[in-house]
Amino acid sequence: MRKLKALLLSLALFVVPTLLFAQDGKQSSFGEFMRSSGRIYVVVAVMLTILAGLIIYLVRLDKKISRMEKNEQ
Amino acid sequence: MKKSWWKILCVALLVYTFTAGLLWNVPYLPALEETIRNLYFHVCMWFAMMILFTISVINAIRYLRTLDLKYDTYSRQYATSGIVLGILGYTTGAIWMSYTWADPNNPLFESFSALAREPKLIGAAVGLLIYFAYMVLRDSVKDMDQRARISGVYNIFAYAMLFPSLYIVPRLLPSLHPGAEGNPALNTNDVSPEMRIVFYPAVIGWTLLGVWITTLKIRLALLKERKLAK
Repeated sequence: MRKLKALLLSLALFVVPTLLFAQDGKQSSFGEFMRSSGRIYVVVAVMLTILAGLIIYLVRLDKKISRMEKNEQ
Repeated sequence: MKKSWWKILCVALLVYTFTAGLLWNVPYLPALEETIRNLYFHVCMWFAMMILFTISVINAIRYLRTLDLKYDTYSRQYATSGIVLGILGYTTGAIWMSYTWADPNNPLFESFSALAREPKLIGAAVGLLIYFAYMVLRDSVKDMDQRARISGVYNIFAYAMLFPSLYIVPRLLPSLHPGAEGNPALNTNDVSPEMRIVFYPAVIGWTLLGVWITTLKIRLALLKERKLAK
């Protein structure tokens, strides 16, 4: 189950680059939005991704410690 | 996960900080320009550090009153997280200052020598070094009770030293750091209302993140201690 989860997660990550349309002639509205205001939204996306990664890491650590506390009793 | 409502609040506030902090309008000031957005990140590190150090000293006093070793663990872990946030605050401040205070027309070295005399920087370094010494002192005592008692007393001294080194001395000397006349970032004349809407939640968010990390470290430390006791 956990292996499957990891596999699905990595597959989902491979999908991310398909959101980019760097060489596309006609821009999608999402791409237009991301390129507006000096492309600041790209920075927001990068920072939110890093924050999400950190939070997911913390949540997993929290769960792991909870499990250890449970096993102890 | 234990008691998760404030962890969810922490995540929500941080997501808000990162989006609103980067996207919302900020007042324009020469030299500062967009870098004022660092208020939501750099200044929050120091606020969170101060709060964590306060929790640490409260637990040190609680230990000295009750001699319960649990409080000593709390005190130590809160001090560690405070140090981490302090180092982050120091580093981000160094980056920020090198693009706002440094004179681009000066050769780098001369400009740096002027900046290195900045009293706020030296004060912050002294404050952090006192806390580094706290860790060294703790870990050099082998006996558990003695270690807890000595480091509890030292923690109170270290906390008391933060005020002259961070707040008093830098204000007595000429400094480029803003807020020398009052409370930086808390003064209502200093920070525009639209920035305060982001700034206060940001402080709470970052502090909660620090507390979250610390509670994990405390739980791990207590687990380890119980395992050793068995």
